[in-house]
Amino acid sequence: MARKRPIRLILVLTGYILFLFMFMQPFLVYQFRDYIAVLFPKGIIALEQRNLLLIIQGIMLLVIIPVYILTFIFSWKYRAANKRATYDPDLVDNKLAEVIWWGLPLVLTLIVSVLTWQKTHELDPYKPLQSDKKPVTIQVIALQWKWLFLYPEEKIATVNFLQFPEKTPVHFVLTADAPTNSFWIPRLGGQIYAMPKMRTELYLMADDAGDFRGSSANLSGEGFAGMHFIARASSEKDYQEWVESVKKSSHTLSLEEYQKLALPSQNNPEGHYQLQADNLFDKIIDKYMHPQEK
Amino acid sequence: MFGKLTPEAFIHEGSQNFAVIMVVLTGIGLAALLTYFKLWKWLWKEWLTTVDPKRLGIMYIIVALLMFMKGFADAFMMRLQQALSVGDSHGFISPGHFQEIFSAHGTTMIFFVGMGVVFALMNLIVPLQIGARDVAFPFLNALGFWLFAAGAMLTVVSLAIGKFSATGWLAYPPLSGIEYSPGEGVDYWIWLVQISGVGSTISGINFLVTILKMRCPGMTWMKMPIFTWSGLCAMVLIIFAFPILTATLALLTLDRYLGMHFFTAGGGGNLMMYVNLIWAWGHPEVYILILPIFGIFSEVVPTFSEKRLFGYASMVWALVVITFLSFVVWLHHFFTMGASSNVNAFFGIMTMLIAVPTGVKIFNWLFTKFRGRIHFETPMLWFFAFVLNFTVGGMTGVLLSSPPVDFQAHNSLFLIAHFHGMVIGGVLFGFFAGFTYWFPKFTGFLLDDKLNRYAFWCWFGGFLLAFMPLYMLGFMGATRRLDHYEAATGWHPLFIVVFIGAIIILIGASIQFYGLIESIINRDKNRDTTGDPWNGRTLEWSTPSPPPVYNFAVIPTVSSVDPLWAIKRGQAPKPAETYEDIHLPVNTPLAFFIGMLAIAFGFAMTWYIFWLGAISFIGILTCVVIRLSGKDKFEIIPAEEVKKMEAARRSPASA
Repeated sequence: MARKRPIRLILVLTGYILFLFMFMQPFLVYQFRDYIAVLFPKGIIALEQRNLLLIIQGIMLLVIIPVYILTFIFSWKYRAANKRATYDPDLVDNKLAEVIWWGLPLVLTLIVSVLTWQKTHELDPYKPLQSDKKPVTIQVIALQWKWLFLYPEEKIATVNFLQFPEKTPVHFVLTADAPTNSFWIPRLGGQIYAMPKMRTELYLMADDAGDFRGSSANLSGEGFAGMHFIARASSEKDYQEWVESVKKSSHTLSLEEYQKLALPSQNNPEGHYQLQADNLFDKIIDKYMHPQEK
Repeated sequence: MFGKLTPEAFIHEGSQNFAVIMVVLTGIGLAALLTYFKLWKWLWKEWLTTVDPKRLGIMYIIVALLMFMKGFADAFMMRLQQALSVGDSHGFISPGHFQEIFSAHGTTMIFFVGMGVVFALMNLIVPLQIGARDVAFPFLNALGFWLFAAGAMLTVVSLAIGKFSATGWLAYPPLSGIEYSPGEGVDYWIWLVQISGVGSTISGINFLVTILKMRCPGMTWMKMPIFTWSGLCAMVLIIFAFPILTATLALLTLDRYLGMHFFTAGGGGNLMMYVNLIWAWGHPEVYILILPIFGIFSEVVPTFSEKRLFGYASMVWALVVITFLSFVVWLHHFFTMGASSNVNAFFGIMTMLIAVPTGVKIFNWLFTKFRGRIHFETPMLWFFAFVLNFTVGGMTGVLLSSPPVDFQAHNSLFLIAHFHGMVIGGVLFGFFAGFTYWFPKFTGFLLDDKLNRYAFWCWFGGFLLAFMPLYMLGFMGATRRLDHYEAATGWHPLFIVVFIGAIIILIGASIQFYGLIESIINRDKNRDTTGDPWNGRTLEWSTPSPPPVYNFAVIPTVSSVDPLWAIKRGQAPKPAETYEDIHLPVNTPLAFFIGMLAIAFGFAMTWYIFWLGAISFIGILTCVVIRLSGKDKFEIIPAEEVKKMEAARRSPASA
């Protein structure tokens, strides 16, 4: 009596899920493309990563879809109530079938592996991007709980905001004077950790002008949720104007000022500074290279 | 006198006070009930001092259930906070408290719910499946349970006294170092994980030896039931992985207590070392949880398809391959830490390879259904939901294993959706299947079918609503562990959907709990008098429900993977009825004492009350010495007695 109902429910639910996935999903996703950073990238790195994601997904579906179909067909056809279906309790072994389902996933995995090997090297975050323009270097320092960006060549510094020219490689060099954070601008490309005493690197490039949200992806303490920032890609001209305006800022970032800035604080507003401390980035790393005196 | 413990430790935020009051009231209520029904002596003799794996298994389930309630409350509060805390609104939980909640959620669910159900099933099923009367080391088994319970109780204590760790469930330094987390929270975490971790190692050794040495005559390697195989693989993983956890936590303890610098950035320490070590344990850990679930489905699917398992040898090899591979993939948890492309690509590819044996298992289960007679009892419904969720989780797992893709998904809600798909859609659904399946074996009655079905559909629908949107949120740039976000992110509607999913899961879990109580009250309606309510294939179904204390009056001899199935089809003889004296270990309070002393020790060390720490540690050593210097005591049930008991159970009128 109660045996029949779940099967009917399964069918209804299946239809519903398939409908949702096959028709609604792409429509909804496209409709909200302005919010879905990873699937609608604005930078070459993020684009390559998105494409790799879709390719692997496609290859995986070659296995997943048959599994789904077989699950439903077998569940329906071999239900106990169906007296017409063949019953063969001793069918427990079939060499050919097993070779297929060890072999086929293995072949697909090997294809994905080769792809992964190539793309991992191609999209190495430390690898400079091909471009005829000279990269902009930005030093990123994760603090408690804000991001400090240093432009050593332009002699400026910003907090929780950064700007760079479009279609120009940006070379991020990262460390932290705080617990480990992860630096992530999803529209432009993947993340990398910013760790105390460590120096990591990341190359990104924006294809278009725009404001992109960035954040910390790794828990770093109480004010961690407020560590988001705007990364603005603008035209070369706007960028130069912006650099000039920051250079005229009334705030200066000296070593003493840095010590104050490094104290824990939450939900910091954007800040713009003239950079006066030389080699600040290296000094911050050096700080951890010998025991702290008490 | 009381170390760092001050009256402030008892002051909490509103929601936490409520939880503390609930816990205290529940405790008082239970104590009152026990006193009213004069059950203290029964509790002590039958349960607290027991070394019977069947009893220990039930206690594991009770602890896991209680801890599940705590962990679920944590999760529910987090999702409520995230549904509220957008833009100008900051919800009802402060950031610091929110971080304690998710740290507690992860710790509780992995160490006390996940490990709890794994060891519950090991205790309940393995001895019966291998035709053994007992485990290899009954005392160690009880000790493992009590250390596990001690860790769980310390978690509850941390709710009432002081703060919990706010550094995530794996407490990465330097955040978990003394500089950034000077409070007692991380110390609580260290000690409760350390204590339960030692318990897990001990239990792991016990079950490894049990499976290796105590199988009944005829049960060769390739005639072991798959659940026992999965248990064997999980125990091997425990023995190799848990010592790494113990050592890592010990190093973190030295950093925090004695000012050493293993992991602190200043003074020559390296935080990357901790991340590597903790995942060298952490990755095998997730396979410790999932392998027994593969075992459960390898029992459930054949039974409800009225067939034997398709591709037995393939299943065994798949388990062994997964066991091996799970030790060479740990780096995929931190591709973003700046390792070279060669290193990242190697670990990525190793990770992908795990998809192959896992996929083989899915195909073997599917073809077990092929030309079977499928009965859609609830365990089979859980299997159905498992296949749908687990394949999606597996697919996203392969996506994450490719380093360039991982860079865009690491620590985002995409990752959260992935591993909850594996842990809820996999481990938990699998456990529910096993729980429903084996419940009558140990209680003598079945769970209420109708309520169980309602609960299943709530869980399944609620799960989809609560976790599928997280994949999209991850693509939208939402990271994990956020207590607040801006309105401009566009995440809010999806977080509300997620919260609705959490409510539906809550309804499902409540129905399930109600169904459990209802089934116990109306147990006479659903009695299982045969000992084999599902037409089973393996040895556990050849015993009565519940099994006698000695499990098997006559130790069976097996000649195939499905001994009971073979007897039913007339392919093997029925066991002879010649009885012998049965030796069983006697109860001992020492394991319980060590557990209680371990709570005192962990609490004392957390609060720097070193005199109490010293006393409790000496107490533990004393118990160990007493145990080691005594001879193992056995109680003997004479053959005549066994014969009488067996006769009594055949004529239920006199029972």
